[in-house]
Amino acid sequence: MKNYKNINIRFILLLSLGIAIISGCERDFSDEVQFATFNNNGDIFTDAPVGLTDEFFDSFDPAGPNPANPEGFGTDDNVAFMGTSSIRIDVPAPDDPDGAFIGGIFLDRGDGRNLTGFDALTFFARGSTTATIGEVGFGTDFEENKFAVIAQNIRLSTDWRKIIIPIPDPSKLIQERGMFFFSAGSQSTGGFGYTFWIDELRFEKLGNIAQPSPAIFLGQDISNEVVNGMEFMITGLTQTFNLASGINQTVIAAPGYFDFSSSDNSVAIANESGEVIVVGAGSSSITAQLANVGAAGSLEVTSDGVLPTTPPPARLDANVSSIFSDAYTNAVESNFEPPFGGSVTNLQRLQENGDEVLVYTNNNFTGIVFNNTLDGTDRTTLNIDVYPLDASSVEVQIRDVGANQVLETNVITGLPDGDDADRRLLINGLTPGQWTSVEIPLDGDLAAQKNNLGALILAGGPNFIFDNIYFFTE
Amino acid sequence: MIMKYLQIKTIPSIALKSLMAFSIAFLSGCETDESQTVATFTNLVLDENFDTEGAPNGELWSFDIGTGIDGWGNQELQYYTDRPENVQVQNGVLLITAREESFEGSAYTSARLITKDKFERRYGRFEARIRLPFGQGIWPAFWMLGADIDENPWPGAGEIDIMEYRGQEPSVLVGSIHGPGYNGGDAISKEFTLENDRFDTGFHIFGIEWGPDFINFYVDDVLYNQLTPEDVDEETDGEGLWVFDKPFFILMNVAVGGTFVGPPNTETQFPQTMIVDYVRVYEN
Repeated sequence: MKNYKNINIRFILLLSLGIAIISGCERDFSDEVQFATFNNNGDIFTDAPVGLTDEFFDSFDPAGPNPANPEGFGTDDNVAFMGTSSIRIDVPAPDDPDGAFIGGIFLDRGDGRNLTGFDALTFFARGSTTATIGEVGFGTDFEENKFAVIAQNIRLSTDWRKIIIPIPDPSKLIQERGMFFFSAGSQSTGGFGYTFWIDELRFEKLGNIAQPSPAIFLGQDISNEVVNGMEFMITGLTQTFNLASGINQTVIAAPGYFDFSSSDNSVAIANESGEVIVVGAGSSSITAQLANVGAAGSLEVTSDGVLPTTPPPARLDANVSSIFSDAYTNAVESNFEPPFGGSVTNLQRLQENGDEVLVYTNNNFTGIVFNNTLDGTDRTTLNIDVYPLDASSVEVQIRDVGANQVLETNVITGLPDGDDADRRLLINGLTPGQWTSVEIPLDGDLAAQKNNLGALILAGGPNFIFDNIYFFTE
Repeated sequence: MIMKYLQIKTIPSIALKSLMAFSIAFLSGCETDESQTVATFTNLVLDENFDTEGAPNGELWSFDIGTGIDGWGNQELQYYTDRPENVQVQNGVLLITAREESFEGSAYTSARLITKDKFERRYGRFEARIRLPFGQGIWPAFWMLGADIDENPWPGAGEIDIMEYRGQEPSVLVGSIHGPGYNGGDAISKEFTLENDRFDTGFHIFGIEWGPDFINFYVDDVLYNQLTPEDVDEETDGEGLWVFDKPFFILMNVAVGGTFVGPPNTETQFPQTMIVDYVRVYEN
């Protein structure tokens, strides 16, 4: 009985507290205050666009390095799943002069829509052939893309088929302008163009989308050695729902849907953009939730604390041609983030005690491409100070680009092509947690050809720090 | 058939009589024009609420253990146990949990509860409130077998499947009867699809109203099928026998794999738990 009474008293206390707070709210927000509520119409295209911008279709950049083809978009009054008209998309062949792929977004013409009452974007699709659409989604607005969602590899049938793209967490979408997103090329059709139609495009409340299983890092538990000041993104963000068909539909979800947390904020901070910033020595586990469901996957960061200073470079200026070092004037400027297709490398320039270093994370391959070639005839060796962040190895390829001054690489073998030559060294076995000066002699194929040194190619790792990159004469 | 199901509020109430009149009208597809006797079941004779923590009440429930013959006749993949890992009463509900683990030569474990020799009845309203598991290859069931099965082997004993469900079709319920001339893949079945909802996200009531010459199948407030001896005659060209005028016992289980659902795949998440809030039986 005593317990019972206590509970009652506590309950009354809680209740009165609640009343106080509630009445406080009533005072603050009087009748004169009106909260903005946005259009909650889910329709996007039925027989015509519904509430979209006058442009209707906003293409990806037709003039960029990978130009989108804006010509293949339209509506078709001869084909419809329901009613009289559908959206028709003609996917170009890779050699189409107007661009090799088609893609873009549909934007709400107003301030955005309230989609909290829906659980999926749905539409009917039909292809001229059984192709696969690369990406389809919503939430991309060409601004913040804060709640972007992408479903990949949507399989077309030559008959109409309903496509369901679940919303990772509808409660986030109180004002969304990005109504639809797609990107399609001819990868799945062996380079032949094809047509697909979309009809009855809308947000819907299906009620049978369930069993959410969100993930970060694609559900993997990974661990990384880091140093203070490092910043990197939490990647591999997905949400998976079980549909009524029994299919588990996974979508790529923007960081905005997740709540990230760090088990020790004195070691690392995880912010709402999905960025991790290392602030102190020790270990911290980075995890996430999506709509209060714990995400599979985690990142354990172990910080060595402040990055130690590099071994002081002691060679005479006259004997050095520097690429990257605070100790020497650069002999040539370089592009540290060359647009190598397929590269997923992250590079962070980290300042510590007035010294700038190059922090590479998630490296598959990247390069340091010199703006002008360097005549290395008088140089004998390349120095790189390396601070490994994991036990794996990184390969450095010193490239002479030859008289034509063009970096030429065989895309199949990765070996130098044309008049190029290189010298490669796999850097491994270094002691973690300390700097090691690695010296690579300019021998092998470079012994006879080093007057047009043009690039350093960095392969593998994936996590390491470089400093004091310079050629010198022994 | 014009209407697939009828909506009613309370099955056992007086409304049932008028409801039956309706159902006869709408089930005219079955071509049975004779009037039928309808029972109302209001006398609660079994009220299992799973209120005692731990193992299920031994005075009511026994267990089938092991793999039976040929995976309980269906090439099911699980080994049934009575361990708390597979069957337990917790917080007022019964948990039947299928796990992926190597056990006695099987790759999965689970549990099957039966009331054989402990609670056997002829006719009545049998219902359970259950939240189902999900995923490819998961096969939960709430069902009944003829109590004379030891002397009169299946399918002679008869089987009433109040609820069967494929984990890969989370919105679809299957209700069936099996007997001589209509069994296994040729059972007399009907599927019911829950519109804009599913069976693995909340509790639903699965039940039958069973009297002389009829079995009504319902879920929540929806009566979705009625089966009679005439249906058996029709479905089997007069070969099948109506074997539902004798006592039956209750079974509840979660099978893994087997002919009805196919094996689990890499996306099937384990463990999977069927949560039973109550089992109730009413008689006249």
